[in-house]
Amino acid sequence: MPRKYRIPTIMAPPRFPPVGKYAVVESREDCAGSCRNCVKKNCVYNTFGEDYRHWEMITEPEYLYSCLGCFRCVQECTRGIFSRVVNPDYRTLGDGYWRPEIIHKTWYQAHTGRIPVSGAGYRGPFVGEGFDSMWTDMSEIVRPTRDGIHGREYINTTVELSRRLTRLEFGQDLSLLSDPPPILEVPLPLLLERPSFGVLGENVLLAMAGAARSLGTMMLVQPEDCTGPLARYVDDFIPCLTRDNLHEYTEVVRNTRMVELADQPGVEEGIAGLRTLRHDLCVSVSIPLNKRAASRALELARSDVDTLRFCADSHGNELDTPEPRFLKEMIREVHLGLVRAGLRQKLNLVFSGGIAMAEHMAKAMLCGADAVTIDLPLLVALECRLCDRCIEGLPCPVRLEEIDPEWGCQRILNLVGAWRNQLIEVMGAMGIREARRLRGEVGRSLWFEDLERESFGPLFGERKVKEPASR
Amino acid sequence: MTMQITVPLLPEGLTTPSRFRNQIGKYRITRSSRCVSCGQCAELCPYGVHSRHEGYSRPLRPREDRCIGPDCRENEFYCVDQCPEQALSLGINPILETLGDYRWTAEMLIGHWYMAETGQLPYVDIEYSLGSSGGGFDKLRFRIPDPADYREIPDHAIDTGIRLNRHRDARADVNISLPCYGGGMSFGSTALPVMVGRARAARHLNTLTCTGEGGYPDELIPYAAHVITQVATGLFGVKEETIQRARVVEFKYAQGAKPGLGGHLLGDKVTPEVAALRETVVGNALFSPFPFHSVYSVEDHKKHVDWIKQVNPRALVAVKVSTPTDADMVAVGSYYAGAHIIHFDGSYGGTGAAPDIAKKNIAMPIEYAIPRVHRFLKEEGVREEVCLIASGGIRNAMDVAKAIALGADGCVIGTAELVALECVRCGNCESGRGCPRGIASTDPELGHIITEEWAENRIVNMYLAWRKQWCELLRQYGLTSLNQLVGRSDLLVHLDYLDEDERVRYNPAPVNRAVI
Repeated sequence: MPRKYRIPTIMAPPRFPPVGKYAVVESREDCAGSCRNCVKKNCVYNTFGEDYRHWEMITEPEYLYSCLGCFRCVQECTRGIFSRVVNPDYRTLGDGYWRPEIIHKTWYQAHTGRIPVSGAGYRGPFVGEGFDSMWTDMSEIVRPTRDGIHGREYINTTVELSRRLTRLEFGQDLSLLSDPPPILEVPLPLLLERPSFGVLGENVLLAMAGAARSLGTMMLVQPEDCTGPLARYVDDFIPCLTRDNLHEYTEVVRNTRMVELADQPGVEEGIAGLRTLRHDLCVSVSIPLNKRAASRALELARSDVDTLRFCADSHGNELDTPEPRFLKEMIREVHLGLVRAGLRQKLNLVFSGGIAMAEHMAKAMLCGADAVTIDLPLLVALECRLCDRCIEGLPCPVRLEEIDPEWGCQRILNLVGAWRNQLIEVMGAMGIREARRLRGEVGRSLWFEDLERESFGPLFGERKVKEPASR
Repeated sequence: MTMQITVPLLPEGLTTPSRFRNQIGKYRITRSSRCVSCGQCAELCPYGVHSRHEGYSRPLRPREDRCIGPDCRENEFYCVDQCPEQALSLGINPILETLGDYRWTAEMLIGHWYMAETGQLPYVDIEYSLGSSGGGFDKLRFRIPDPADYREIPDHAIDTGIRLNRHRDARADVNISLPCYGGGMSFGSTALPVMVGRARAARHLNTLTCTGEGGYPDELIPYAAHVITQVATGLFGVKEETIQRARVVEFKYAQGAKPGLGGHLLGDKVTPEVAALRETVVGNALFSPFPFHSVYSVEDHKKHVDWIKQVNPRALVAVKVSTPTDADMVAVGSYYAGAHIIHFDGSYGGTGAAPDIAKKNIAMPIEYAIPRVHRFLKEEGVREEVCLIASGGIRNAMDVAKAIALGADGCVIGTAELVALECVRCGNCESGRGCPRGIASTDPELGHIITEEWAENRIVNMYLAWRKQWCELLRQYGLTSLNQLVGRSDLLVHLDYLDEDERVRYNPAPVNRAVI
């Protein structure tokens, strides 16, 4: 039994007051003045602190992040002067895919290391687009014993990045003739990826690299990152090279465990070149997730590549098409293509883009991924608001460039720790104790189209509205 | 001949106002400083929005929750137009943006608060039967009835009860007067007055409530005939005498909010009282594991059912499970193991704290599970011998009726009862001192801001209002009993399965106002 894998989480409070969702509004002019029953004194969460005094004596209140929305002040004030509004800044956080709620929960996880928990049932839409139109299954009584969260049964989240032989050959004397490739494992199905934008100063990258090392996972970086102050993390890096700049970075290649090549004509020669340079090196090829991705995967799977990484856009959409399919469907296509060709066992599939929540990691794996990468959640963990100001050359509202790398590292550890615990939650419910068994295990998932057809089809006939999330 | 069950006369509701002085309403009325306190509005408004007391220099704050909104413009008593000083203005209450969610919209919450206060259905134009979740119950509608089917039957002649024992064994009949009973919420997760209040309401209405997993407090013993003893995986507080005093004993295998995960009571909530009842150590977090570590097969399950039947020869056995792909197989297995009641808890419901990832993603919504289990049990030829109960995301009277038409016999209600007790669904049940509304807290102060009578009356009122809705629905189809509605999915339509010209004849789902 290997040593139990744990991610150390410690509270890492934000440096700036986060953009909160609610604000309490008071019509001060109607305040009775020195009311002895002031509801502010009785706030269950002590949101108001000393701010029940006369308005001339109080400091600028900061209710936005701390108000938990119990409505007691709204309902109990003797003059009824309180109301509540949604913070306008909250509405502008992120975009339609990286919704404010996701950013908020990411902050919470990076702050506390805890998984988001709430009472009173689910409160979201019945079904949505993309990953929101599938559910993970659970099992009632007839599965093997497990007790995920409470540690009685160990749930292993390790996955491999190295290729496998599909068969072994033995000599007459039963000695092994095959030459098994080296094994490269990461303890969780999540790789970090250098974001393509953001304030990517040295401290930010140090925080990410430090987190990759503590987690025991790998981080996809640019080759330039492997020198200078980040050089000591080269062992945890997967430099992203091209066939053309490969020769410039032979020194880097010598020191890392894994290298990624961009897919381009002649990439097979690049792989062969790397293999001659280092026999024990893991090689990944990154492929844009477009309509050629599945056929390209089939071609490359016949070479001796270890891992294929597919890059969707930041919303998890297919590239290079006006009518993109979502990651979920794209993973199915690539995965099933390889399964049908009998090549899926040989290599690993990693998907990038649009992985925004822990559940996306689990669902991507159910669809057929071995692992996923995250980039934007790393920035959000460091308090980034995805405001895009840095892209326009404007200063960062949370001064990302000034962070303490150690604090940043802890925030990322907290986030990933919470994500892993959530993965364990759904795996525990499914009765799966090995992350490797999640791959393509659609039998442990429920799909909107199937459920509608099987449950409602016999009652109502054929669905006339095609898209799931119509309102 | 259809079997006639005598319907016990249901009690009248007792007006039970909010504990808080400012009620949240759909509309907001603002009275500006131009008001001269002439008292005109108070005299005019028949809904009692405005009130002015002799000797007060100004009228009291308007009771906004009673206001019928801008539609009042047609009336002669429309205060905004009649005010001689033009001091009044009216609009949608902006606070609705911060209240409720896709499933429990602000209007559904406000509607249920009104029902709990008065026992009547709201007269204000609020949509309390549909949420804006965009699927499941929110897309299901009852088919537009044929006016010729309408039967003028008074409420008291309509049977809304269900029989819980359909197994042809020698055990007692348990008949309840409502198609619902209360879900398990343990001592420790809810305040004691809430728990007792729910039991009193169950007695009042001739239905049941459930202990949940935290043991059987002595305070519930007077209501034992209306309390289900739950035997859950942690076996906390399960004793022979608690099983012996119950008419129904429930095995909880899983719960919808956290299917396949088990429960977790934080150490802070394990107060000396909770610990004593659960026979555990104060301050130590309590895990109820998943699943029963003694049940890994239907045979093991049968041993459990037999054990209960042995300990209490009168009791009916209910089995509470969640909704996996093979829900139908679970139901049949449970039936053959001897269960009287099979209770499916869908994934979108639940009252207690659960990981968000579990609430959203694990297992299927109850709307899918009901028809497939109903169909499977019918094909197996055992549907008539088992009571099929649905829960998890059943929010209001029409959801109950829809669940029944999809194939359930009845429902278990949790959240709606808490909403009747003025839950605002802030979701902070577990943080800090617990529920700020005093519902789900054992905090020495917060746990006692509700009285048993108040809780009882509010819950009774809500169910009486629900019953009015069921009666009106049945009348429209010429039915006299909710039992006649079971499996009548021909009376339902799903908006997404209708052609455009058909769809427009039905009430569209309300637009989501809350910012999520």
